[in-house]
Amino acid sequence: MRSERYIPYLLILPSVVFLLFLFAWPLLEALLLSVRDSGGQWTLENFRRMAADLYFPDALKYTLLLTLVIVPLQVVMALGMALLLGGISRGRDLFLYVWTIPLGISDLAAGIVWLSIFTERGYLNSFLQGIGLIQQPQLWLSYETPWMIFVAVVAAEVWRATAIVFVILVAGLQLIPKEYSEAAEVFGATPWQRFWKVTLPLLMPSLQVALILRTILALEVFAVVVALGGRNLPVLAGEAYYWYNAYQNPGVAAAYAVIILGISVVATLLYLRLMRSKQEGAA
Amino acid sequence: MNLRPLYMLLAIVLVLWVLIPIFLIATLAFSDRASVFAWPKGLLPQQFSLETISFFFGVEGVWKAIRNSLVVAAMTLVFSVLLGAPAGYALARYRFAGADAYRLLILMTRAFPLAILAIPLAVQFINLGIYDTAFGVALVHTALALPFAVLVTSSLFLGIPKELEEAAWTLGCNRIQAFLRVVLPLALPGLAATAIFAFVISWNEVFAATLLTLRERTLPAFLLTSLNDSPLPFRFAGGFFLIVPALVFIFIIRRYLFTLWGIANR
Repeated sequence: MRSERYIPYLLILPSVVFLLFLFAWPLLEALLLSVRDSGGQWTLENFRRMAADLYFPDALKYTLLLTLVIVPLQVVMALGMALLLGGISRGRDLFLYVWTIPLGISDLAAGIVWLSIFTERGYLNSFLQGIGLIQQPQLWLSYETPWMIFVAVVAAEVWRATAIVFVILVAGLQLIPKEYSEAAEVFGATPWQRFWKVTLPLLMPSLQVALILRTILALEVFAVVVALGGRNLPVLAGEAYYWYNAYQNPGVAAAYAVIILGISVVATLLYLRLMRSKQEGAA
Repeated sequence: MNLRPLYMLLAIVLVLWVLIPIFLIATLAFSDRASVFAWPKGLLPQQFSLETISFFFGVEGVWKAIRNSLVVAAMTLVFSVLLGAPAGYALARYRFAGADAYRLLILMTRAFPLAILAIPLAVQFINLGIYDTAFGVALVHTALALPFAVLVTSSLFLGIPKELEEAAWTLGCNRIQAFLRVVLPLALPGLAATAIFAFVISWNEVFAATLLTLRERTLPAFLLTSLNDSPLPFRFAGGFFLIVPALVFIFIIRRYLFTLWGIANR
């Protein structure tokens, strides 16, 4: 039986080797790429060029703003949907399926779908004309109206990616024993109180996972923005793409990638810290 | 006070919120050029026509991009199951030192911005000679799908009683036979769901696919790079075509969605 001890290591070995090759190594390479020039000399030139670029301040601003608007909207909406599902008796499976359809839709496709709504001769303008607000098609997705591109991106992202949060929260709700809520009811807690004092604190681990995952994904928003606004609404991942593809400069592109990673790590640590203290406060 | 009708109403509003945009893009994809540019548009389709969708398939490079997408997604599917399922089995059946560290590694990789992987890999793949190949893109897509494959297969194997396997051993099967004859048939539907999910992840991915290819574009990469200089009918038909396989796949694996995401978050 002695040889048995090696079996699990043998089984995980291929995936560990693979992940070292495709995660650890590129991570290291990205860091090196961002702090070295093409000759291999250490330099901060890439970050300097990034920061001096005309698009950088806007890209940083819009990426952070998009995350700050999209993620809370999605969490509130997904929480509402998860609780709503509990209050529905008939057709539960059908609602579950339709609500999770967006899980299979790519960011690029979602961007194009919402382009058909926000474009000049699109459905939004047709609707506004129908109710008499405008006479002629309005141009929404132009560089003159970045706030409208912003709204379109928020709509597309909320439409597409709320389902991920929803599924995580429903799975979390299923883990909470019904007895807790029933006990609270026996002691006279209103539904509102039961939600805030029982359900929400017990749901904290799932909320934490959903928040971290969605925030990291929101910080690398890319294809939705490209489909709806091109570069008229610059974002960090988009700039990394342009610097690599159009300007052929992997160094500055890597600097952008490092910035995205940096913000993601800070956000994750922040969530872990804030939500732990909240959990302890509730206990 | 009975709140049920209100709940039902809200639920139906949410259904419409999901379905109406899909319906609108489908309407555009199956109409003629004039209706795509019509103003103002009605909610209902004006005229059914295959003009837009056949225009899309007639554009040079579209079929090649579709073929590339299928090849990349198929490779991703095979790699992630072959790499992920053994690891999932190990996590489910054995207690070993380092199991928790391994779990943590898997979770960490899931929370990684793609840009930090794709940019250095694009540089290195040129040196390795796998830049602009389906294989190179499939490697990166496997990295995205692998964490799911490991965690899902692990919960899958946990659900198959170990006693069944042990019974097979006592009846004279060796480990590999017992796995192939007893565990595998029971795990097959779940493994299929894992594979389909890996396929969808690859089919939908655009950032890495765009950075890692030049001529061998996948469909999303082809669409993204031609967005600026392509007419609206092309974009709408392309967007619709991207959605269709995903809809079918999500329908097939819907039973496993909560295993995919629910377990994967612990």
